[in-house]
Amino acid sequence: MSWISPFALKDMGILGMNRRNHAFVARYNPRRFYPLVDNKLKTKQLAAACGVPTPTLRLVVNAQHEVKYVKNKMQDCEGFAIKPAKGSGGKGILVISGKRGNHFIKSSGKHLNERDMERHISNILAGLYSLGGTPDTALIEDIIQMDPLFEGYSHQGIPDIRVIVFQGYPVMAMLRLATEASDGKANLHQGAVGVGLDMATGKGLRALQFGKSVSRHPDTGKELTSITIPDWKNLLVLASRCYEMTGLGYIGADIVLDRNRGPLMLELNARPGLAIQMTNGEGLLGRLKKIEGLKQQKTDIHDRVSQAMELFGKKTPGP
Amino acid sequence: MQRLSLYWIVVLLITAGISLAWLRHTQMQIPFKPGCDTGVWLIEARLSFTASQRPVLASLSIPKNPPGFRIFNEQAASPGYGFSIVGQGENRRAEWSRRTAEGAQTLYYKIQLSPDPLQRQKTEIPPPPPDMVYWQPSEATAALALIEAAGATSSTPESLTREIIKILNTKEKEQNAALLLAEYRQEILLTRLLAEAGIPSRVVQGIFLEDGRRNQSLVPMVEVYAGEKWILFNPATGEQGIPDHFLLWHRSGPSLLDLSGGSSARVSFSMIYQSIPALEMAKIQSDSNGFSFLSMHHLPLDQQGVFKLLLLIPMGALVVTFMRILIGIRTSGTFMPVLIGMAFLQTSLIPGLVYFLAIVGTGLLIRSYLSYLNLLLVARIATIVIIVITLITLASLMAIRLGFHTGMPVTAFPLIIIAWTIERMSILWEEEGMREVMVQGTGSLAVALCAYAFMRHPLVAHLSFNFPELNLIIAALILLLGQYTGYRLFELHRFAAMKDRTP
Repeated sequence: MSWISPFALKDMGILGMNRRNHAFVARYNPRRFYPLVDNKLKTKQLAAACGVPTPTLRLVVNAQHEVKYVKNKMQDCEGFAIKPAKGSGGKGILVISGKRGNHFIKSSGKHLNERDMERHISNILAGLYSLGGTPDTALIEDIIQMDPLFEGYSHQGIPDIRVIVFQGYPVMAMLRLATEASDGKANLHQGAVGVGLDMATGKGLRALQFGKSVSRHPDTGKELTSITIPDWKNLLVLASRCYEMTGLGYIGADIVLDRNRGPLMLELNARPGLAIQMTNGEGLLGRLKKIEGLKQQKTDIHDRVSQAMELFGKKTPGP
Repeated sequence: MQRLSLYWIVVLLITAGISLAWLRHTQMQIPFKPGCDTGVWLIEARLSFTASQRPVLASLSIPKNPPGFRIFNEQAASPGYGFSIVGQGENRRAEWSRRTAEGAQTLYYKIQLSPDPLQRQKTEIPPPPPDMVYWQPSEATAALALIEAAGATSSTPESLTREIIKILNTKEKEQNAALLLAEYRQEILLTRLLAEAGIPSRVVQGIFLEDGRRNQSLVPMVEVYAGEKWILFNPATGEQGIPDHFLLWHRSGPSLLDLSGGSSARVSFSMIYQSIPALEMAKIQSDSNGFSFLSMHHLPLDQQGVFKLLLLIPMGALVVTFMRILIGIRTSGTFMPVLIGMAFLQTSLIPGLVYFLAIVGTGLLIRSYLSYLNLLLVARIATIVIIVITLITLASLMAIRLGFHTGMPVTAFPLIIIAWTIERMSILWEEEGMREVMVQGTGSLAVALCAYAFMRHPLVAHLSFNFPELNLIIAALILLLGQYTGYRLFELHRFAAMKDRTP
């Protein structure tokens, strides 16, 4: 067990759970807007109205009696993802990457039969994965085609990019890579690798798994910090647009890169996690305070993103 | 601004709590520390019956000079009824009367007794020799044979009684005893046999005192007159003398309860062990003191027992708040640990812990099988509830068989919450792996144990019940904790990776 002194954390401006809840989530996220992000179906509808691209929705399952028709309707689809509309923390997401006879193949390579899949949908409808156990809806979306850029960076799952957006300014970002330990999921606490990204360039800063520094991907051995996200500014603009879309002042936007469609907004989180600070080697608090301290906040998204890139980018040491 | 008003509220709550407690301490002499006052048993007899629109007269036998106790105070609560205590000789009775009544009626009689080992029985007027006993012809021979068998190995009335009880209690019943026991209840039979042998005896009824018990009924015993005093025998065990914490309620007279003008009468007893000074007891009846308003002792007894537990919850809530906000322990369910801690209070720690782990563990095993059956969520939870109940029943039966006759109130465990815990834990297991289950399970148990340790502390128990206004202070502390925006203890470990960051 290694420990760090609270004063060192304070010096680095690390944001703790209590402070996040008290000074940011509770203050900048009006409760009435929560359903917009807690319900993925609503998020998608809203995004479509605001011109924010998301993975294509194939089917919505609302009631138990519809469950048995799912397999017929999804017959032609090669791969798809089943998600609970009100799920949190990646719970209950089942990714089917292919089909063999009557069996579905999970992204991890495991086989599932039709009954397994139907049970999973029933569980979603009954509210097993939803907040508070309320009845839920199951969404079936197109699977995302991984950008060739990420070849060798991820084990099974699709990497996603988490951007913290504060009052419309992107303040911090990280790339999340699935590993064998995380079972193809991109959640850090489940064992995924997080790579902090430079706000100015989208280049990798430092990588972390299970709270410890790593330099290579544990499964593929690929050098992690060498990665650079292409078209970085556009990705940040997409993330920042979610502020106007939801009215929430402090959110985490999860963005994936699709081979054919480019950056897509996957989901939003009104209580984004704190591990992002460690992948960046920097605390959030200083950056958040900088935004709070701005004299005049810009209304144009592109101006905001440019300002943020300038404020928070790592200054490359001169030659 | 927002902060300022919060601090005002906190100050207000703390001042109100402390000053109320102080006033009640000085005005009513309630001590701040437990143990520096006399203990008193408060026993409440609850008499319920259905009245049939006729004049009602209910007469209940009540204690008089019970050995080992001193009567402090007694009162009756019965709106609409005239009440009086009548007594001839050793038979003291409480009598309620009313011109007419209809429907379900409930009458209460409360008595406060302090244990007093010096309170021995006085020598009493010897009872008349027993009347002739009438037996059926076949019974008569059996009874005589039995008395003869017992008399062969005894010399005094006491030893004769012991021998008879021994014969009646042997596992493989002797023929004569079996014949007689088929006809009479044990305590009745014993008095008849003693009468046949010329020894005066009587059936008495009493109650075992245990703190917080409700809905108890009286236990029959037999008193035998020997050597110029009455000696108590337990017909079930043959034990001689008055057991510890046993109150003789009904000693002589025709019956425990006489009722005219009603039907379906029932008497049940609740009791509680109070630690209040004699001075407050004196004031409770006068009731003129405004500060006694907050005193829990005005409530009916069975409710007092409930409040003894209920008033501990704020303390448990404080522990949970502290553990989550300052330490950062993850638990499954926010306040479930408090409920588990309260269950431990009632079952005592080690058995409760073993019990809890066994039930949750077995439940998890069975739940993992249920996931093969492809059930809908609601049906699955319902099944788990039933499984938990079955497990608890089996465990209780097994405990009795193995001889752990502690009378553990296993129902103290919140069933539905245990069922949900099992369900959540098994989902957690499937999704996040065993590690997270262990983390949250250990966290919940640690918080539960911590809450238990606090709630069990005699000082906490004493203060929360006698000074309920102190909960205002706990509320203020919780409000203050809600303002804490610093790091949690476990975050210092979580963010340890920041130590090697590149500057």
